[in-house]
Amino acid sequence: MFAEFLQYMLSGITVGSIYALAGLGFAIIYNASHVINFAQGEFIMIGGMASSVLVAAGLPLWAAVILAVLLTMLVGLALEIFAIAPARDADVVTIIIITIGASIFLRGVAQLVWGKSPRSLPAFSGEEPINLFGAALARQSLWVIGVSLLLILLLGWFFNRTLFGKAMLATSYNRLAAQLMGIGVNKVLTLSFGMSAVLGAVGGIIVTPITFTSYEAGIMLGLKGFSAAVLGGLGNGAGAVAGGLLVGIAEALGAGYISSAYKDAFAFVIILFVLFFMPNGLFGKRSTERV
Amino acid sequence: MLEISALTSHYGRIQALKGIEVTVAEGELVALVGANGAGKTTLLRCISGVQPVSGGRIRFDGKDITRMAPELRVGLGIAQVPEGRQVFGPLSVEDNLRLGAYRRHSKDVDADLQRMFKMFPVLDTMRHHPAGTMSGGQQQMLAMARALMSRPRLLLLDEPSMGLAPLLVAEIFRIVEALKKEGTTIFLVEQNAYAALGIADRGYVLETGQVVLADSGQRLLSDEKVKEAYLGL
Repeated sequence: MFAEFLQYMLSGITVGSIYALAGLGFAIIYNASHVINFAQGEFIMIGGMASSVLVAAGLPLWAAVILAVLLTMLVGLALEIFAIAPARDADVVTIIIITIGASIFLRGVAQLVWGKSPRSLPAFSGEEPINLFGAALARQSLWVIGVSLLLILLLGWFFNRTLFGKAMLATSYNRLAAQLMGIGVNKVLTLSFGMSAVLGAVGGIIVTPITFTSYEAGIMLGLKGFSAAVLGGLGNGAGAVAGGLLVGIAEALGAGYISSAYKDAFAFVIILFVLFFMPNGLFGKRSTERV
Repeated sequence: MLEISALTSHYGRIQALKGIEVTVAEGELVALVGANGAGKTTLLRCISGVQPVSGGRIRFDGKDITRMAPELRVGLGIAQVPEGRQVFGPLSVEDNLRLGAYRRHSKDVDADLQRMFKMFPVLDTMRHHPAGTMSGGQQQMLAMARALMSRPRLLLLDEPSMGLAPLLVAEIFRIVEALKKEGTTIFLVEQNAYAALGIADRGYVLETGQVVLADSGQRLLSDEKVKEAYLGL
């Protein structure tokens, strides 16, 4: 009984960590520009696909990981510089539609270059699971949870302790004032895409040994990440992490105790309920502003 | 130090500035007065580079900065205290001040921080509080201190007395005068024409995007037209 519950929780936390990283990616870009970047899922896919292709080509794992992260970061920066920046003065909705277009484009390119078949990576430190009170904990889960935790702490340090991180926050609170302080808000926007791409790529790489990946793996992961960000309150970093874990755990428990056929539905049902009663998410501030 | 010639600016099809001619010399305190919607804020935003210019020229130290990116102008020494204070509400008072020194990468930022706390003691007591929790007057102090953290040579002040109690208004104008004595060049935009012209070396009167009067502060104060239109005398 307990072993079963623990098993579901472990897999929920593992997949929830990935959603949390994706949610953070949404939050960073949303904060910098009020744009919801629907290509976030594709960052996850590119990270996973690129690393597995490179490992299959004979590269050592560490080199494949670094190259895959760099490639995804370049894609993120290029997306901002070539697609978002030229439309900087356009409506936020217009820019969101551009990101949807970009996600379809990236998916298409991935399919052309890497093919349609699903790919995987070997587990980083062996397939032998660890027995934890009767539940089986995959070693890769420890990687997923550990690396996610590290990235989340790193981001927390960046935004709370460094001047550039605070400048990014300042840009999200008041763009005009940030410009008047001499903060290059366009640079902040470009960088936010680079950072989100790195977060997505790392998430995509560490989860690939568990879930496999394919050119269209980004759709569902992106939607779950978006749900995590909305659930926690858009633009709230800690909220996105909590939202991600919540979505992951709900999914795992629902699949285990009710039916795995509706695995994806559970997450979305929860979000509908939460947003119905708390339209700003669990940790979102009410969006009233003093003028 | 600042020379503006034939400056025009548009919001969509509406022309907000219609050929502005304004100069500010080093060490001067120049006031710009005018009614709501005359284009005062637009002019300041053009000088800071956050409002597109459609024609004319802005020179700073003889250098053409009309199309320069806003962040580079801060580096040249142009700082603005924007209308409505615009502090970073969720960030602490100290963080707000440090962001004011964003373009400076020197070690003496800490010394300047202490200088600001001395000039505005209330900021010291609120140092670790979120800026948004302070009163309007305190936020105005913060906005001014934040701009001063960039060690500006030209300080642009947009309606610093707006919405403040009379006692605080006097305090703000006292600080503006003190800054002028220290040698900071100041371009002051105000609806409170009486107080602004009272401390200004020179003044401009702006009406629907055009400079209609330019003279010394004292002479503008006694000008019949100014009295009638802006001083309510």
